[in-house]
Amino acid sequence: MHTVAFPNKILPYLLLAPQIVLTIVFFFWPASQALYQSMVRQDPFGLKSSFVGLANFRNVLTDPSYIHALQVTVVFSLLTALVSMGVALLLATAADKVVRGQGFYRTLLIWPYAVAPAVAGMLWLFMFNPAMGTLAYLLRRNGVSWDPLLNGDQAMALVVVAAAWKQISYNFLFFVAGLQAIPKSLIEAASIDGARGNRRFWTIVFPLLAPTTFFLLVVNTVYAFFDTFGIIHSVTGGGPAKATETLVYKVYNDGFVNLNLGSSAAQSVILMIIVIALTAFQFRFVEKRVHYG
Amino acid sequence: MIEKRPIASLFGHFILIIGIIIVAFPIYYTFIASTTTSEAIIRPPMSLLPGGHMVENYTEAMFGGVERVVGVSLERLLFNSFFVAIAIAVGKIIISFLSAFAIVFFRFPFRMVFFWMIFLTLMLPVEVRILPTYKVIVDLGLIDTYAGLTLPLMASATATFLFRQFFLTIPGELVEAARIDNAGPFRFMRDILLPLSSTNIAALFVILFIYGWTQYLWPLMVTNDAKMNTIIIGLRRMVDFTDASTPWNYVMVTAILAIIPPILVVVLMQRWFVKGLVETEK
Repeated sequence: MHTVAFPNKILPYLLLAPQIVLTIVFFFWPASQALYQSMVRQDPFGLKSSFVGLANFRNVLTDPSYIHALQVTVVFSLLTALVSMGVALLLATAADKVVRGQGFYRTLLIWPYAVAPAVAGMLWLFMFNPAMGTLAYLLRRNGVSWDPLLNGDQAMALVVVAAAWKQISYNFLFFVAGLQAIPKSLIEAASIDGARGNRRFWTIVFPLLAPTTFFLLVVNTVYAFFDTFGIIHSVTGGGPAKATETLVYKVYNDGFVNLNLGSSAAQSVILMIIVIALTAFQFRFVEKRVHYG
Repeated sequence: MIEKRPIASLFGHFILIIGIIIVAFPIYYTFIASTTTSEAIIRPPMSLLPGGHMVENYTEAMFGGVERVVGVSLERLLFNSFFVAIAIAVGKIIISFLSAFAIVFFRFPFRMVFFWMIFLTLMLPVEVRILPTYKVIVDLGLIDTYAGLTLPLMASATATFLFRQFFLTIPGELVEAARIDNAGPFRFMRDILLPLSSTNIAALFVILFIYGWTQYLWPLMVTNDAKMNTIIIGLRRMVDFTDASTPWNYVMVTAILAIIPPILVVVLMQRWFVKGLVETEK
């Protein structure tokens, strides 16, 4: 907090007004509406509504298709985070080893960050669509019965790869920064003690990277939960047979497509609770003492 | 380097080159597809070398090709995306700059209440309040308008935090000196704060431009009229695997044009991009 301040009385409110107005109109008001709607039941024409307490939540949480969507989301998020972080860590350690060309490699590796999730999904779909994708064609010619339009696991694999691909840049940049922050003297000490290559990585480098890894795990989970709607919507549409229907996709589908307002609102509120929990977790536990170069 | 290890370094280059192939291949594949004919695209395997129809595809897609498919010209889609991305980035920066300025350099009742209100928006991404926010837009008559596409995405806690964080590092003496010289708050903002914040603003701009350009769920909901689509929504509407008449060459051209501008921004403003990425997450 600054000890020195300007003495104006009205001005600060005027300065804050644009942000506060937007926040109320587009954040708090809709969020309170979601809370309200999650506790009423409306007839399909929106003419009558009656207060039903927590019935909508009970319906949602006991609905097998919601539980299924939750499982799908967890599997999807974990796989996306693992694949993306694994690849990024491998690339970051490689970048740490090379002396020349680091800038060149970085320039080429940050491209996917700029690609919209929906477009990232479409790029992978172009390659792996069974009707016209050249890579799908190659898979089939080599005896893999590849058809993500019918096979749920293959559809999941496709959206995970697209989602992880897009996130590689982000994870790469943070891992590189994390690696640079490790004191060289520690690595030197380890190598004098005879620890080489793999051993040095797993016993010295990886533990010291833990704060970065943990931070990225949270960020990637949030990304996979909320920012991948475009990928699901453009690649699989939640199919086949809801095999890739995530929670966010289901809120959209139930509310916007099937117009089931009470259920959609209750799902929104559950998602809000998940975001609040993740944000609180991030603020409370994620180590902030990582030094970025 | 601790030891001279040419083999490790060579291995590093090898891994990185494979990484670049993985990262670049989907984009390369789409680029190749955008230089060939629709017939060649739907009959795999497609050649992985550029076809001879690049100029033809791009000019046709630009001049009427895309318009025949989705009822809106490619340049209009591009314009919409540019407009939305820049409006969101600039709007967010201005709004956040002003509110952070108020919170750091003034003392007034309910200051912390406002601060927490802004903080709470972190926990309410569009995805969790889809329907009610849509309803607000409908009630305000903002469907199919640029205001509807941009305003709801302009309130941002992260940008406000970044500015607040930075303002707190500005020594109080500077404020005092300004006040002794009879500079009012606006003078202080314009002549001292703004120049000091320029790198932060550049860094935020890159991140927010990408954020605006890559929006999907929101423009999908608030645009019914094809003329208001962003290029990403337009692209999505062109892609139809069940329709035999889908002009895949135009689809590929549109996909390339949807990813080139943000990639250019990230690559050309790389220094600020990395700074922005790291700082907004702190």
